[in-house]
Amino acid sequence: MPIDRFEKVFIWISLLLLEVFFIAVLVAAFFGGIQLPAPGGLVDPEQLANTPPFDQPGVRQVGEKEYEVVMIAQTWQFIPGEIRVPAGSTVTFRITSRDVLHGFLIPNTNANVMLVPGQVSEVTTRFKEPGEYRIICHEYCGIGHQTMFARIFVEPATSESQARAQEE
Amino acid sequence: MQAQQFRPHDRFVLWQLYIALAAIFLGVIMGFFQALERMNIDLFKLFGFASYYQGLTLHGVLNVLVFTTAFIGAFLTYVTMRSLGRPMASYRLTALQFVLMVVGVLLAGWKMLDNSSSVLFTFYPPLQAHPLFYVGLVFVVLSSWVTFLNIALTVRAWQRDHPGEAVPLQAFLSLVVYLMWFIASIGVAAEVLVLLIPWSLGLVERTDPQLARTLFWFTGHAIVYFWLLPAYISWYTMLPKQVGSKLLSDPLTRLVFLMFLLFSVPVGFHHQFVDPGVPVMWKTIHAALTYAVFFPSMITFFSVIASLEMAGRARGGKGLFGWITKLPWNDPSVTAQLLAGIGFMFGGISGLINASYNLNQVVHNTSFVPGHFHLTVGTGVFLSYLGILYWLIPALTGRKLWQPRLGVVSSWLWLVGVSIFSRGQIAGGLEGMPRRTWMAAATYVFESWRIPNMMTAVGGTLMFLGAMSFFAVLLGTLFLSRERVTVSMPVADVITPPEAASPLFTRQLGLWVTVLIVLIMITYGPYMISYLSNPAFVARGFRVW
Repeated sequence: MPIDRFEKVFIWISLLLLEVFFIAVLVAAFFGGIQLPAPGGLVDPEQLANTPPFDQPGVRQVGEKEYEVVMIAQTWQFIPGEIRVPAGSTVTFRITSRDVLHGFLIPNTNANVMLVPGQVSEVTTRFKEPGEYRIICHEYCGIGHQTMFARIFVEPATSESQARAQEE
Repeated sequence: MQAQQFRPHDRFVLWQLYIALAAIFLGVIMGFFQALERMNIDLFKLFGFASYYQGLTLHGVLNVLVFTTAFIGAFLTYVTMRSLGRPMASYRLTALQFVLMVVGVLLAGWKMLDNSSSVLFTFYPPLQAHPLFYVGLVFVVLSSWVTFLNIALTVRAWQRDHPGEAVPLQAFLSLVVYLMWFIASIGVAAEVLVLLIPWSLGLVERTDPQLARTLFWFTGHAIVYFWLLPAYISWYTMLPKQVGSKLLSDPLTRLVFLMFLLFSVPVGFHHQFVDPGVPVMWKTIHAALTYAVFFPSMITFFSVIASLEMAGRARGGKGLFGWITKLPWNDPSVTAQLLAGIGFMFGGISGLINASYNLNQVVHNTSFVPGHFHLTVGTGVFLSYLGILYWLIPALTGRKLWQPRLGVVSSWLWLVGVSIFSRGQIAGGLEGMPRRTWMAAATYVFESWRIPNMMTAVGGTLMFLGAMSFFAVLLGTLFLSRERVTVSMPVADVITPPEAASPLFTRQLGLWVTVLIVLIMITYGPYMISYLSNPAFVARGFRVW
């Protein structure tokens, strides 16, 4: 097919540019560890009270500076609505929805996942700086959607706060 | 003679455009209310709407499901007849397409207005709308399938009369658009017919929300190309004529559309990058193909701008950018499409960010996304459609365009407005502001969202004024314009004719469709088989609005 010379050059540059973008993304994902959420298993949303780990939502320490948070999303709250972890800890959230679709977003982190009834969502993020973070529901879930959020208090990493986090 | 044969079809084309325009009129007003809500001005209550979310449902459904589908059906029916020089194959199908659209709009509109179906345009279960809302949407899609059938029959009839010849460009492109859409729409059709309607009627108790999302997004990305490609038909084959230039290459244009045919569908998981029920491998494959579907838009960028530059230079434009000022900016149809192109460039770039795999985590479901798509569908597509209507309405009614200057102003207002609006939404999104959320009532507002919200309100107001200027021109043309004109469809001459390329790009549609089906089987097949071996039909319906 006869194609204008300049257009040919432009086409090759376009292809090259898109390749570079894609490779950059893959390198960040598979070598830099910035990966998308993977399936976390199935669960019956009406049996959460009897299904571990969702029968006991809350924070658990699973290693040095490593925590697991089990959470339930429902109209229009996260359970638990407040969690505390020390600064510098890596937190894995295991979340599911009891009713409709919800969203899970912690602004200024890479934690962003959909919550779909029947599916368990898993997302891991590291809280470097102390302060108050928020989990925001970012999927429309009914008339109270705009009131659905939870608080994460990232406390200065003292041994005392670590102990308290462990208790909770 | 020809005009007389076209007239019965044209009547339905015109009335279908009126439906599209009525839908977008209400949709735009809802958008304006949403924008003002960002400044704590609540017009929803004042005008008797149940909530922000009822308005948001109307905004999404009317703008991107009804307006687009009705406009495209009318426009491409009109284009096919002119391109082939013959009326549509079936008058009954033209009538049926219109009737189905009317029924669909009335049913879905009724169920949105009574607040029984405030589920937004994505209608994700387990939010459960009234059954007639889904039925209405089915009718809208059926209408588009009838259009497809009619265009295909018309092209086939032409081919019988012209054996061995390449189908004229505009009809060929119209057919490719509908072929792609028909195959793409099977996903949402399956979702609504198999999952949602029986479930909303109570025939089955539980549905699978993850499966529903996957079926929805099978269609949900391709649908944006269904909206965009009719605008591309205008940019490639009409706009060059309107500015006094030529289309560079007929076969390359066909190849671009065939690439869209291939790559529009097997990319749906890029809307589900952060879904829990989709393995990472499938997300990666769809991410790769998403880059592929960006490629034909890059070629379009070159081809269309090259046509425009030739026109500007022929009119005495000098220098690197001097030719731009020489384009006929006083023509409202041209201005609308040029500004659509400018908005679309930024829309495309922001879209590449959304679609970039792990980068999506930064912006998924934040206001970055509406910031992005108000530049693409909300400007690239919408302004192009307005540009088309600025000649199409006079062509169909024989009335001279009323106040064309106001028409020029309307597009500028829109572009300036959307630039502010989208800048605000994108900035807010990067700061974690969620999309489609009733911000004025939110209990967690961040200080960093204050200026983004103000920009949304100010930009949205300018967009509203732009749209209202358009409606003023439209209504003026229909009711105040006394002068009669004969306007015909602009058709650009081409520099490189179809005969210059292999018939692969001009005739062998069957082969391309086969490749598409194989591609779909590779990108969705194994995932669907493994998902369906252990689905999660666990969700009852909820009506929580």
